[in-house]
Amino acid sequence: MLDSKVPSGPIETKWEYHKGHIKLVNPANKRKFTILVVGSGLAGSSAAATLAELGYNVKCFCFQDSPRRAHSIAAQGGINAAKNYQNDGDSVFRLFYDTVKGGDFRSREANVHRLSEVSVNIIDQCVAQGVPFAREYGGMLDNRSFGGAQVSRTFYARGQTGQQLLLGAYSALSRMIGAGAIKMFPRTEMLDLVVVGGKARGIVVRDLVSGKVESHAGDAVLLCTGGYGNVFYLSTNAKGCNVTATYRAYKKGAYFANPCYTQFHPTCIPISGDYQSKLTLMSESLRNDGRVWVSKKKGDRRLPNEIPEEERDYYLERKYPSFGNLAPRDISSRSAKEACDDGRGVGESGRGVYLDFRDAIKRLGKPKIAEKYGNLFHMYHKITGEDPYETPMRIYPASHYTMGGLWVDYNLMSNLPGLHVLGEANFSDHGANRLGASALMQGLADGYFVIPYTLGHYLASTTLEPVSTDHKAFKEAEAGVHQTVNTLLSIGGRRSPDSFHRELGQIMWDYCGLARNDAGLRKALQLIPKLRDEFWQDLCVLGERENLNVSLEKAGRVADFLEFAELMCHDALARTESCGGHFREESQTDAGEAQRDDENFCHVSAWEFRGVGSAPTLHKEPLVFENVQLATRSYK
Amino acid sequence: MKITLRVWRQESPKDPGRFETYESNNVNPHMSFLEMLDVVNEDLIAQKKRPISFDHDCREGICGMCGMVINGVPHGPDRGTTTCQLHMRRFSDGDTITIEPWRAKAFPVVQDLVVDRSAFDRIVQAGGFISVRTGSAPDANAIPVPKDIADEAMEAAECIGCGACVAACKNASASLFVSAKIWHLSSLPQGQAEKDRRVSSMVAQMDEEGFGSCTNTYECEAACPKEISVRFIARMNKEYRRAKLLGRS
Repeated sequence: MLDSKVPSGPIETKWEYHKGHIKLVNPANKRKFTILVVGSGLAGSSAAATLAELGYNVKCFCFQDSPRRAHSIAAQGGINAAKNYQNDGDSVFRLFYDTVKGGDFRSREANVHRLSEVSVNIIDQCVAQGVPFAREYGGMLDNRSFGGAQVSRTFYARGQTGQQLLLGAYSALSRMIGAGAIKMFPRTEMLDLVVVGGKARGIVVRDLVSGKVESHAGDAVLLCTGGYGNVFYLSTNAKGCNVTATYRAYKKGAYFANPCYTQFHPTCIPISGDYQSKLTLMSESLRNDGRVWVSKKKGDRRLPNEIPEEERDYYLERKYPSFGNLAPRDISSRSAKEACDDGRGVGESGRGVYLDFRDAIKRLGKPKIAEKYGNLFHMYHKITGEDPYETPMRIYPASHYTMGGLWVDYNLMSNLPGLHVLGEANFSDHGANRLGASALMQGLADGYFVIPYTLGHYLASTTLEPVSTDHKAFKEAEAGVHQTVNTLLSIGGRRSPDSFHRELGQIMWDYCGLARNDAGLRKALQLIPKLRDEFWQDLCVLGERENLNVSLEKAGRVADFLEFAELMCHDALARTESCGGHFREESQTDAGEAQRDDENFCHVSAWEFRGVGSAPTLHKEPLVFENVQLATRSYK
Repeated sequence: MKITLRVWRQESPKDPGRFETYESNNVNPHMSFLEMLDVVNEDLIAQKKRPISFDHDCREGICGMCGMVINGVPHGPDRGTTTCQLHMRRFSDGDTITIEPWRAKAFPVVQDLVVDRSAFDRIVQAGGFISVRTGSAPDANAIPVPKDIADEAMEAAECIGCGACVAACKNASASLFVSAKIWHLSSLPQGQAEKDRRVSSMVAQMDEEGFGSCTNTYECEAACPKEISVRFIARMNKEYRRAKLLGRS
């Protein structure tokens, strides 16, 4: 049985009480502990910087050429916080409630409440670092609305909020690197977790420039390595985003929770050709002013501006009048799919819907719209060659975020003692669907305000024997990494890593995508191992082992996706209910909405690795709702 | 479209490097420039040749990882555009395109089009921050920031650290990058306490990394994918002189 270690007491005081009663590490003793932080996005940078400020000896690793490149940088719209600066009825409880409801009642209440509590500190911290949030003329912070909420609680920096928050965290990280308190390892990829005496005690990495495989020992490992949305090949994630770090931890005994909870973002630029390498997100904030519609007629080939008002179906406003175009992501995405399945999709492929700014431009004027969304309009124009000031944008859902991740307890520690998981890489806060502007909030909450407390408790209450990288567990892990690298280089087949990744992505999109069913998932579970076998027989990786080798990096990541995809399908198959981003066609209401099955599935599914190709073992953490009543999620 | 590519190939930092020519017959005008390179790379793999290495990640113009000199211009012919956001519709059937890495002493080539830009990180580590410990911040609205100041700080903060400014400059100066960070932080009320120290130490680190001096050619602004203004350089110089005159470094 999984113990979530949620403190007792009323939800409003759990975190305060916990902080006041957990153990501390003496300031003079902190430097004796080495903490390995993998990943330098919002969670990783903020954790590394804060732990170094506290006096810990920190090493931080990222695969990019600089920690500032981490994919948090691409988040556009904003960050939520229960500041209630707008005086519009927001509160910590309301943010908590919206997040639990938005997650379709599949998240852990206590974690979400803590997230809402510390959200206010995040904004303070970022402003003090110099994050240039949007302001009103009086000099106070401005807010905007986001999906799934009826208050304006989203702070933003033009359409580049993730960039500015990451640069804030990166500056804090850089300050501590400059002070000698953090050793940074850019262009370094984690390829294995090392477990000694049942505890996470180190990692094995490959220097991507020299090709050298090296071990690092420490007292705790923090995985801040993001999500696995690239399992679909085409996604809004950066090309380098991968599941390797978390998947290899899973193979070393960490449980993977709810891998089938994936989010498809409703406002992405549709696919245009088979050469396509990624899908570009248009911020959800656009739905504040853009109206989503398709023609009422099937197969309508007229240009959008030729379709008169009365022949347009503003389907989100029609179906969900109280939230309208700001309906949550899972619901908006599925509605777009329905409209296209109904033959009313737009664009050459018929897989797209309009996001129209005509009325907003009429109401507010072009300059105001340009000020709010100028960079997004510019980006759309660059990519598609169409001007959104003149003709509506075409959008379609794409893989964007993954709510699933390594299982963690209230202290953000996995079932493997010493292994902590932060940000998108863990599973705990967003349930089955994440609300917009909440990923940035969670990454920074975990890194700035949660782990600095809970990690100390672990270190102070655990006996940690000295371990060096000469230990046989390190040598074995290194040998395993060498073997994988050598195998990948020696197969000598015909196909590139990308060609396998693309094929895997198509399987996942078809059978474990926006909608899933029993037969399809079973089919995927047959196709994936076949593709994996082919990969290990027909892969072509050129270049050298001891040099920069981009194909080799990709091949290693694709190899892990090829195993991980199977885990995802197992989870999706076992969860016969629909909830949030996981839509099982067998479980829907008469109106086609997701139908949860609280009697049988009000739990976290945490999977234990049992060998490649073998079915994983399921462990359940029951979800208890004491403060929010389990209800059918309605945005009507 | 049919495109001929002349691409810089260099195995490692020690290899002198050379141009190689590749023909590609199946280029679609809707492809991004990097997708075109993906297609060329797939062809190279099929011919058992090592694919062209280039840095890239987000492919939406914000991570700052991609960057190559395309026909002599960093990030290619479009203003305010990163390489990943450049599309093949910008070129014509039959074109020959020359692709090189950033060339600057402070950005050594790692392989092919991949360069080492860690000098930028070290400049930020020298002072590109506001020293505020986690947990010690006042309420976010405690200090009002006039909108025009916040907006201008944002303009400077938009820099993605790609290094095109250095690649475009005949002196390989990093002044645009450094001044943007300095102005972002030093124009805000929160950044006042450290402003003298910041400008002195960042400029000193920039010099130590081997970047050249600014001679006001403004190529940097023209090449910058975020169109960061050279006026920040003038302000950096003023800040620097002031800090030195006051002996506050």
